Amino acid sequence: MSKFQKDPVKLVPVPSTNKIPERDIDKSPILECRHLGIDFGGLSAVKDFNMAIGRTEIAGLIGPNGAGKTTVFNLLTKVYQPTRGTILLDGMDTNSMSTVQVNKAGIARTFQNIRLFNNLTVEDNVKLGLHNQVRYNMWSGILRLPQYWKSEKQSHERAMELLSLFDMGYLAQFKAGNLPYGAQRRLEIVRALATNPSLLLLDEPAAGMNPSETAELMETIVKIRDTFGIAILLIEHDMNLVMGICEGIAVLNFGQIIAKGTPDEIKNDPVVIEAYLGKKKEA
Amino acid sequence: MSKLSLGSMKGRSALSPFLNYAIVIVAFIALQVAIGMDAMSNSMQSLLVPVCCYIVMAISLNLTVGVLGELSLGHGGFMSLGAFSGIIVSIALKNLVPLSPLRLAIALVVGAIFGAIGGVIVGVPVLRLRGDYLAIVTLAFGEIIKNVMQVLYIGVDEHGLHMSTSEAGLLLSENGTAIVKGPMGAVGVTKLASFTAGFILILITLVIVQNLVHSRAGRAIQALRDNRIAAESIGISATKYKLMAFVTSAALAGAAGALYGLNYSSTLASKFDFNTSILVLVFVVLGGLGSIRGSIIAAAVLTVLPELLRNFDVKEYRMLIYAIVLILVMLVTNNPTIWGWISRFQRRKAEEKGEAEQ
Repeated sequence: MSKFQKDPVKLVPVPSTNKIPERDIDKSPILECRHLGIDFGGLSAVKDFNMAIGRTEIAGLIGPNGAGKTTVFNLLTKVYQPTRGTILLDGMDTNSMSTVQVNKAGIARTFQNIRLFNNLTVEDNVKLGLHNQVRYNMWSGILRLPQYWKSEKQSHERAMELLSLFDMGYLAQFKAGNLPYGAQRRLEIVRALATNPSLLLLDEPAAGMNPSETAELMETIVKIRDTFGIAILLIEHDMNLVMGICEGIAVLNFGQIIAKGTPDEIKNDPVVIEAYLGKKKEA
Repeated sequence: MSKLSLGSMKGRSALSPFLNYAIVIVAFIALQVAIGMDAMSNSMQSLLVPVCCYIVMAISLNLTVGVLGELSLGHGGFMSLGAFSGIIVSIALKNLVPLSPLRLAIALVVGAIFGAIGGVIVGVPVLRLRGDYLAIVTLAFGEIIKNVMQVLYIGVDEHGLHMSTSEAGLLLSENGTAIVKGPMGAVGVTKLASFTAGFILILITLVIVQNLVHSRAGRAIQALRDNRIAAESIGISATKYKLMAFVTSAALAGAAGALYGLNYSSTLASKFDFNTSILVLVFVVLGGLGSIRGSIIAAAVLTVLPELLRNFDVKEYRMLIYAIVLILVMLVTNNPTIWGWISRFQRRKAEEKGEAEQ
């Protein structure tokens, strides 16, 4: 961890930081965004984004289409470099990190449009998630040294353990691209979890699912949090899912946070209702 | 029924790498028997070593094009580097290492090292970029190597290696020999290559490529091919693994080049031009991207076919027939109707088997 530690972080109080769940309150937040922003040419896609996520919190990021939700994910995982602001992951600044380093530091994600390694088997997809957990060098692989057999056995066992946790053990030898849609979404989550993250980002996990599949997914997400003891930030349009499992919600519109709070507070916030449904005509 | 259709969706079986070794070994034994029984013409026998070289070239290019998914149009350039460095080393060590198989092995290793150096020089700047830049740069690289070798004079005497752009500039002592003579290519090469050496090189190539593909690094390389963004999001460094695949591929091409160069008494730099690079690419595409076995078969058949056609009355049309065969194979292997027949046939066989078991 210390490898990524840059200069000591100056703790500047940020007024708009949201509350985190009671049980995480005495620990520092796993993720803290301060005045985060990015410009594409003249357009500010995300402006002054402030958010804190507790160590075992399930947080939601919602907003109308084009609000900049996926852009926030791309900023957190350094697919885009932020124009302004800081991202503190477990207290360390991710400013100079690449996508690969951010993942090693503890952020894993899924994608809105599923991005699996379609020509590889399900097991290999999970083993790729274990890439930085179970290591051996190229030559032990080519010469099949004892290290190769030991590590391959270990990664096979861990991959199968993870897969069976999500009832996907029987699919291990299928090509990922041939799985049905729902299984592909689950596999993407398993692959992300294999990287041993402390924060999991889910980009529209319930997209294209029917109500019973969504209900199953809600149980799965809570199960992931309880089993792995990690924080989860999700983008979702399905309000049943968001209101059902998220403890803290941030609402994004035109790149800015317009409301933060618990599901109940968000539901009744007039600003949020306006953003989604438009302004009520004055009678 | 649903169970059966699921079965056809499974990944490749774990047996396939061993089958490739078996094919190569059986072919080697069969050809040795044929040579022993005098059943092969001299022209066919002279093709054995080049076929081995092209098989190694095709397998190694498949690592870049099929497994890594980057287009390389300059594989001949790495072959050229390997060929000339191998020839120079074999002549320079003539007195130091009298045992010719050992000298050949050293020449192959040096060829591979020079191929790898070329791979690093091309790969480090280019593989950092996203897009088809590798194709353009490797194309240029192959041409540069060809043109440089055409003006370069290299000789050896007791003081060591001499390099110049003219024969007089070499300043060799009386016992010195000029090895590479610019446009005349490398001359006075002792033929060290043999079919057995080619066979061993193919086996080594198979071990390296297949074991690499079925290991942690190989998975990472394939992941980059399938989805670079996803691979980086799970902590796989794109530049590192792209470079690993590309340099391994270039090193094997260098070794193949060294074997090729040591099979003839003289070698021209223009032998390793753009046409050679495209020829090897044709082997890879025709054999199937990512299919090692396909590369082996395509390289062997397409190297032997033009020579075979020479023996028939169709001599004048042999390159025409070669082209027609290429087009037909492309059409057949990409034809969904034919693949439909094959899968239907397989399903019927599987159903019969299932009924028999019940």
